[in-house]
Order: sequence, then C-alpha cells, then structure tokens
Amino acid sequence: MSEQALKELGDVIAAKLGSGVLKVEVRLGELMVTVERPAILAVLTALRDDPATRFEQLTDITAVDYPDRPERFEVVYQLLSYTHNRRMRVKLSTDEDTPVPSAVPVFSAANWFEREVWDLFGVFFENHPDLRRILTDYGFEGHPFRKDFPLTGYVEARYDEDQKRVVYEPVRLTQDFRAFDFLSPWEGMTNVMLPGDEKAALQDGSKKP
Amino acid sequence: MSMTVSSESATGVVATGPGGPISATGPETKTQIKPYTMNFGPQHPAAHGVLRLVMELNGEVVERCDPHIGLLHRGTEKLIEYKTYVQAVPYFDRLDYVSPMCMEHAYVLGIENLLQIKAPLRAQYIRVLFSEITRILNHILSITTGALDVGAITPALWGFEEREILMEFYERVSGARLHANYFRPGGVAWDLPDGLLDDIWAFTERFPKFMEDLDNLLTNNRIFKQRTVDIGIVTKEQALDWAFTGPMLRGSGVAWDLRKSQPYEVYDRMDFDVPVGLTGDCWARYLVRMEEMKQSLRIMRQCCKEMPAGPVKVEDRKVAPPARGEMKRSMEALIHHFKLFTEGFHVPAGETYTAIEAPKGEFGVYLVSDGTNKPYRCKIRAPGFAHLQGLDFMSKGHMLADAVANIASMDIVFGEIDR
Repeated sequence: MSEQALKELGDVIAAKLGSGVLKVEVRLGELMVTVERPAILAVLTALRDDPATRFEQLTDITAVDYPDRPERFEVVYQLLSYTHNRRMRVKLSTDEDTPVPSAVPVFSAANWFEREVWDLFGVFFENHPDLRRILTDYGFEGHPFRKDFPLTGYVEARYDEDQKRVVYEPVRLTQDFRAFDFLSPWEGMTNVMLPGDEKAALQDGSKKP
Repeated sequence: MSMTVSSESATGVVATGPGGPISATGPETKTQIKPYTMNFGPQHPAAHGVLRLVMELNGEVVERCDPHIGLLHRGTEKLIEYKTYVQAVPYFDRLDYVSPMCMEHAYVLGIENLLQIKAPLRAQYIRVLFSEITRILNHILSITTGALDVGAITPALWGFEEREILMEFYERVSGARLHANYFRPGGVAWDLPDGLLDDIWAFTERFPKFMEDLDNLLTNNRIFKQRTVDIGIVTKEQALDWAFTGPMLRGSGVAWDLRKSQPYEVYDRMDFDVPVGLTGDCWARYLVRMEEMKQSLRIMRQCCKEMPAGPVKVEDRKVAPPARGEMKRSMEALIHHFKLFTEGFHVPAGETYTAIEAPKGEFGVYLVSDGTNKPYRCKIRAPGFAHLQGLDFMSKGHMLADAVANIASMDIVFGEIDR
C-alpha cells in the first residue's frame, strides 16, 4: 500500500475521531496514530466498526519504556484489517500510576496481551476482568521489562537439598555483566550526536552560535 | 477417551474438591458428582511442553480452563535489548523451536525494513525455500503429535523419520539441526552447499508418498474422526475476535495467508493455493495443515527450479560481513569484519512491525530502534500466545480428553508462548 494512500487513511481517521487523535504519521510505510489515553476504547471501536477502516483484529498490545519522558510508557496496539488488507498502529502514553482503559470489551484477545503488559511493565489496565501476572513466576516482585530493572534480576532460584524446596536468594554473579560503550566518539561507525558534536558543524570557529 | 483419562490419573493429576469428588446420596447407587478443580500439567505429555492448566470440571465436562503459562519464560525480549542486532538472531531459533528459520525470518525482515535494504534475489529464494522446509518440519510435528494425543502412535514414528531428513537439510546449510542462525540481516549466512538443491528436489519427489501414508492412517480413520470432528469449533467471528491466525484462522473459513495477501520476499512469484477449512473444528485444522504441506512442496519445487545465481547477502560491507577468504587478504575487509562482530551495525531510529506467515500463524516482530547498535525494544508477537488464550472458550462444555485434542490442534510450542 502506498504511502499516499496511508496518509489519506490517516487523515480520514483523524477527521472521524476528532479531538481524541493527537498525531498521525506514516513512517517506513506504516501508519501510526497517537491518541489520548481516555479515548482509546472509542478509537478502537470506531476503527473496528467503521466500514472505511474495518480493523477487525487486534494483533498485539505491547509497551515501550522511555524512562526520561514525563509519561514513561508508550502502549502500542497493532491492528489488522482483513477487509482492506491493511495494518496500523495506535499508541498512547501513560505512567506507572495512571491506568489505561482495558480493551477487553472491544477485542477479547486483549485479555492476555494486557496481562502481559501489566506483568512485564506494570502498566495498569482499568476494568480488566482478570489482571493477574502471566509470564513471570508466582510471587514475583517488580516489572522486569522496565529499563531500570537489571537484566540479571534481583533474585535467583535454586533447589535447597536441606530444606527440600526451592529457595530464592539475591543474585550473585561470578563475573560482572559486560556492557560496552559503543557510543564513545572513538568508535567510528555511529551517527549519534554526542555533546560537543554540534561544534564541528559550525562554519568557522570565530562565531558563536 | 477413557484411556487418556486413566493415564492422567496415573501420572499424578490431583483432583480436589469439597468433600471429595464423588459422594453417594442414598442407599441406591445414584451418585451425585460435584464440580471440582483439577490441575493438569505442567509435567504432562499431552501439554506439549510446560503448560499448567487449572480446570474446573463437572464430572468429566470442562467448565472453565485457566492456562498458567510462563514456566519457560526466559525474558528473550529483554535479553535482545542487550545484544547487537546480529547477536540477537539465535534467540529467535529458540522461540518456536520446531520452526526456527521462520522466526529468524520475521526478525531479519524487520531489521531490513529499518535499514531500508533488500536481500539479493538468491538470498530471498533461499529464505523462501527454507521457510517452506520449516513449514513441513513444523506441520509434521504438529499433526503427528496431535495424533499421538488422541491415541495414534504410528504417525509420530513415521513423521519423525521425515523430520530427520529435513533437519539434515538444515544441518547441511547452517551446520545445526535445530538452532540454525542462518538468516542474517541482508541475506543468509552462507551459500547453499553443492548438491543440496538436488537432494531437496529428490525429497519433494519422495515426500508425497509419506503424505499418502499419513493420509491413509489418519484422515478417514474412525477413531481419529471421533476425537476431532466437531471438537473445539471456532467460528469466523471468534477467530477474529481472539486474534487467531494461521491454520487456526483458515480452519474457520477465513481465506487469509500473509504469503498471498501481503507477500514478502519472492512469495508473489510463487504459484500455490491457500487451503481453507469449512467447519472450524480440530479436524478442519488438521486438514488445512495437511494441505499446506502439499502446497509447501510446490513452493519448494519452484524455488529449486528457479533458484537464480548471484550473491547471498548484500554487498554493503557496513551491514553484511565480508567472506572469510577475503578477510584474510584485505585489510579493509578485516576491519569491517571486526567492527561488525564487535560493535555491529547501527540502525537508524524508527520503528516497524513486521509479520510473516509462520507455520503456526502470524509471527510478528515490533522493533524499535533508537539509532544505536542494539534494539531499543523488540516485541515478539507469537501466534501461540493468542491461540492458547482461546483454549478456555474452545474447551468449555467439552470432555476433559477433548481439551487435549484442542491443545494438539492449536499447535502449541512453549518456546514462543513464554518467550
């Protein structure tokens, strides 16, 4: 599907949904619509039922953690239309405390997807019928896919021969996790702007920006 | 059916309930059965891995079934955030470990989309060829172990022999029988070894005989039909609502295959049909899978016939490493090799959702890049995850043993569900 057609579809969606839509963009041939958090149910229902869009299937719900933003989590809904053979992405943002309306009344499939996001990121879904942890262990504490959760976790499990049961202990590493800084200016292949790089872009050193 | 139930109680299924499961009400032998909760798995051969089902049973009828998953959760998506793009490829083999190359396929297509590159034609043909080998590999396992769950042993014995032949192709092309790590961003790791295409062609000539045997054993087998026909019926609306994809969706009469509707690689050049089930029950899904194997054979034959000559990875040395021989002679190649295998390439900031038609359904990768050499976020959309949550409504009102048939027809593999 051409970028132009996607842009037009995006404009149609923005016009239909009105103030709930914050941003419509087409990147890499994919349509992304950012909506306001309280509007999500209305948006999903409209996208599903409107004959012009007909996004009948909720392919996936996930979250992305951006700790630096005021609302750190971006919740991402992937939609697929069988009628029009199109995909699109709906996004909204939230933080640790603000609940997101659950999409279960619109798409039954949202149930486990939202449980997973709750489990791994700690995004709370309002009116979810059964918001339990799903992937992590029984009695697990914390939300492991947050960027501030260490890769190794905090506890490790082992079977204790004396107590005849599995015990949890703080993680002990024989070797530190090795993280290399590939953003160092000596490492060549990067285009990332580092502090001070803007000076190189100046025409001559005499003028100050 | 009674065989399955008794073997479950023999392997440690615990039945609990207030006052025990059965209580007699009078001197006559009129028994009243109270609903009780039963724990199925996680160590149960019919659970296809580590599935724990907490079932509420009324007698032998399933009233509610709550799958507890996550026993194989390894945090793949988190681990990928700490690896470079190329280092993360092997994790995909370990997701759905009965169809490894298809998982890699979604991931490398996602990276290629972010980098805005396209693999050379020969690499695309090789990928399609091996995706279809993988599909057969997966469907043999799915059908034969599904038959095993409903009481047929022979198909599994015969099927695994064929799988072994296919895994030999895997080994010859990548060096590994299962965890291939063969598809790479920008192409494939190595070219096909000499003679492999001839052997694959010979396989496609021999394999229909096996299909015929399997067909004779199962399709019209009375016991097999008793166990699968009208079991776990999924309507078209339910399939869409519960995000079912792949054979689970096609079994319910939705003609949808990403290879046809959103063709990637060279699938638009291939001539094949998409089978669609009529009844939406376990048997329809079995028939869809059987026919898909035949169609995969057709695609494999076309790939073998049309396989073009040429490079198997992009010439851009900032993405694909140079050949080993070149590396020994050229300083520049050596530097590229070193940089690619230590730092890796940097991917422009952006995000993409790339999906492929994996044997089990739509396998998608949502990749978010922040411009560095590691993915910022890599969400894996596993088809089995969506399917398994439908087990509750599919099994409701069925017998306990039919829940097992449902699990089998979903083609559950825990590597991808738990990630």
